[in-house]
Amino acid sequence: MHIVIIGNGITGITTARHLRKHSGHEITVISSESKFFFSRTALMYIYMGHMKFEHTKPYEDWFWKKNRINLVHAHVDNIDFEKKQCWLNNKERISYDKLVIASGSKPNNIGISFQKIKGAQGLYSMQDLELMEQNTKGISRAVIVGGGLIGIEMAEMLHSRGIHVTFLVMEKSYWNNVLPWEESQMITRHIRHHGIEVKLETQLFNILQDDRGRVRAVVTDQDEEIPCEFLGVTAGVSPNVDFIRNSDVDTSRGILVNEYFETSAMDVYAAGDCAEFRNPVPGQMRIEQLWYTGKMQGEVLAQNLLGNRTAYNRGIWFNSAKFLNVEYQTYGQVPAVFPQSLDSLFWANEQEEKCIRIVYDKENLSVRGFNLLGIRYRHEVCERWISEQRKVHEVLTHLREANFDPEFFRRYEKEMTAQFEKEIHSKSKSESALV
Amino acid sequence: MMNAGIVIMLMALALFMSTLFGNSYMLTSRSLYLSVNNHEHLSNIEPAVSWMKNKNYTSLFSFIHDFRESVRSFNRSSKEAKMWTDIIYADYTFKVVKNSCTGWVRYHKFPLLLTILSLLVTGAGLFLTAKYYHVPKGIKNDHIFFSKVTARGLFGILLGSLLILFYIVLYFRPEYIAPWVILVSGVSRLLSGQEASQWFLYGMLYTVAVLVMGVRMLLKYRGNRYQQFRTVSVIFFQTSFAFIIPEILMALNQPWYDFKNIWPLNYSFFYDYNLHSYTSGAALGWFMLFWGIALIVLGVPVMTYFYGKRWYCSWVCGCGGLAETLGDPFRQLSSKTLRSWKIERWIVHSVLVLVTIMTIVTLVNYFSEYKLLGHETRILHRIYGFFIGSIFAGVVGTGFYPLMGNRVWCRFGCPLAAYLGLVQRFKSRFRITTNGGQCISCGNCSTYCEMGIDVRWYAQRGQNIVRSSCVGCGVCSAVCPRGVLKLENAEEKTRFAFHPIGVKREKVS
Repeated sequence: MHIVIIGNGITGITTARHLRKHSGHEITVISSESKFFFSRTALMYIYMGHMKFEHTKPYEDWFWKKNRINLVHAHVDNIDFEKKQCWLNNKERISYDKLVIASGSKPNNIGISFQKIKGAQGLYSMQDLELMEQNTKGISRAVIVGGGLIGIEMAEMLHSRGIHVTFLVMEKSYWNNVLPWEESQMITRHIRHHGIEVKLETQLFNILQDDRGRVRAVVTDQDEEIPCEFLGVTAGVSPNVDFIRNSDVDTSRGILVNEYFETSAMDVYAAGDCAEFRNPVPGQMRIEQLWYTGKMQGEVLAQNLLGNRTAYNRGIWFNSAKFLNVEYQTYGQVPAVFPQSLDSLFWANEQEEKCIRIVYDKENLSVRGFNLLGIRYRHEVCERWISEQRKVHEVLTHLREANFDPEFFRRYEKEMTAQFEKEIHSKSKSESALV
Repeated sequence: MMNAGIVIMLMALALFMSTLFGNSYMLTSRSLYLSVNNHEHLSNIEPAVSWMKNKNYTSLFSFIHDFRESVRSFNRSSKEAKMWTDIIYADYTFKVVKNSCTGWVRYHKFPLLLTILSLLVTGAGLFLTAKYYHVPKGIKNDHIFFSKVTARGLFGILLGSLLILFYIVLYFRPEYIAPWVILVSGVSRLLSGQEASQWFLYGMLYTVAVLVMGVRMLLKYRGNRYQQFRTVSVIFFQTSFAFIIPEILMALNQPWYDFKNIWPLNYSFFYDYNLHSYTSGAALGWFMLFWGIALIVLGVPVMTYFYGKRWYCSWVCGCGGLAETLGDPFRQLSSKTLRSWKIERWIVHSVLVLVTIMTIVTLVNYFSEYKLLGHETRILHRIYGFFIGSIFAGVVGTGFYPLMGNRVWCRFGCPLAAYLGLVQRFKSRFRITTNGGQCISCGNCSTYCEMGIDVRWYAQRGQNIVRSSCVGCGVCSAVCPRGVLKLENAEEKTRFAFHPIGVKREKVS
């Protein structure tokens, strides 16, 4: 059987690797972005000079041949689902028995034409990074619009080159639509501490260009004109599925799939950033755009391709990021705004830029989630506590077990538990007073 | 201000280099007498070089050339006359040069040395202050792969060539750096009361490098206490155990001994002349012998069982100390390919086998009262000392920092690292734990692993890292942006654990 995978990102490659691990099928991976698999998450480190492109490749180049995974460096222009053929931009055609579409994302342009405005761009692909390298050569001022994870990465990248950055954030505080207020505040302060200018509750209103079509300033909705030579647009990403629209495959925002990653077309599967679940399980998003979920989806998809019908279930949520120097980890359920049923304990050390939030169910006091800034926790332990619905008191007494900071780091468990116990005590008191 | 710092440091370097030049040399009966301690040799050399006496040389090169040629022509004529016993094999050039130097270095050694050191410290201070003072704490590897120094650029190659040249001269032609030895001879007199040798010079340069670059390390990794503690530790062991204590021992008329240098890194530990000096000395000599043996048979296995080989390689060892301080800017240059790993295992274990065989032969010969091989083991020692002790550990080991990373010797050559590694691999509580599913395969860990371990290979599949070569420097964990890696000592049975977290597969049919 010949399995063709479109896209050599984490989802496509994980699928290919697991197929090879468990079968002898012929496997072909097609990508127009790069010949070899690289880690998209490390693009920023190339720009900052921490790494070279070669360091971002998780496998050496001989790996693919040795594991009989064919790599085709070309773009798929069209797919003939009846003849089961991919038409490539180099005029070649590749026939498949089963097809996997893992074509990833493209940056949202929020109505800005990157073709028409020189110096304005998003950041997702290797080509975007090359463009950014050209666009930022010798410049001194940049504006970034969109206060998410790519926005802060781009800000750090530009900052490392000595470029003054103005960061336009729509929310009241950085990433406040995902992070609770205190965490969001701590990160906003941290960004400013680095000398990056953050303008909150500010949106892009207009882009001014010079006579050669290059961005020379932006105007905000506060009617402020900010001069800049580069405009980073980081308003999220959306599924890269234009090449498949108006075909037999049903699409909405992404390619519609069920929990087995089957699309509406026979023998055609989709996974990763480009896939959209028709009926996601409650609590799961319709489109998952994370490295981790791409990896997990690829693994489950490989099982399905091999005939082991396996439904995808992401399990307990986790994620992580790094905001300049401050690491962020999250496990379980930590919403930006708490519903009635949840409450949390929050400890922070502003000086050291560390904080921890433990979310629990008000009703039965079981732990639901953790948010951590500047402190590392063990995934395994947090996941176990959450899935076993451990009570918050129990978790507090065992907090040390979860710590994953390097040896000799200052520990705050005593301070935390003392504060938390006081808080819980006073909370339960006030509640019983209400009753 | 950073540039000012660099300029001042370059001035220190220039002044230091210039002390090699502009001196004058005059051979006198006294300088010859001070240099040649063998009476017969002295009586043979003296007439051969008498034409040089009291002649003022302004060039070090022509002085060395004339002295060498004179001794050589004496040897030639002895050979022709078949006076075999007269031939002088010992090389007195270094001592003669040192004792015949009459230049500015000799008369201004303290002010010169102080000027050079204060220029260095001021320059480094300015540079480091400018680089780190206003920057929020956190490890920044910005621009490392753009730099002409740290990315095998022009200056890196130049620096590497200088280091290689320095080591070749130090080991094989020390007479050319005799003025530097004179420069530090006052310090040697203060510490041990003895004449400085090129090894004292080397020890002092080594310590200064570890100190200055150690301070840089403390600043770069502020916010990571593991890195800071470990850096303080290597600074301490270098200055005390490797530099000051052995000199004090000399002052007390005891054998020069570095209490932390363990066989087989310290390959001459069981050489007959060392055994002789330990056993013929007072109680302290015997203690040195037993301490050395105890470290080999007890210290290494026990400490490595509990803490991994890092207790030595990145906390105590001198080679490790230099690699972790002077070498830190070059850690990203180590090769991470599977091929280099294979080559590494072959070479490093071969050196361990080689040094073990050599030592066993030496000991058997010693205890058989030289009946086995007579004094021929010296040839073995000379070969090992030349190829492994000098070329591999010194010229390649340090000279190649800017070309192949800071652990070339430790990774490919050090037999003690191989021994520690075997214990670490098969019987230890140490491992690097990976944190579930948080890895994003970015590759920071692998890039900054000085031992060339492809850390990411393990981390991305949620597998703990147990590798014989890991020196436990902890930088992979420090540079990880997602909190995935932690150096740990814990029960042996969890060492090889896989933590493939996150993927929940519900079998339907």
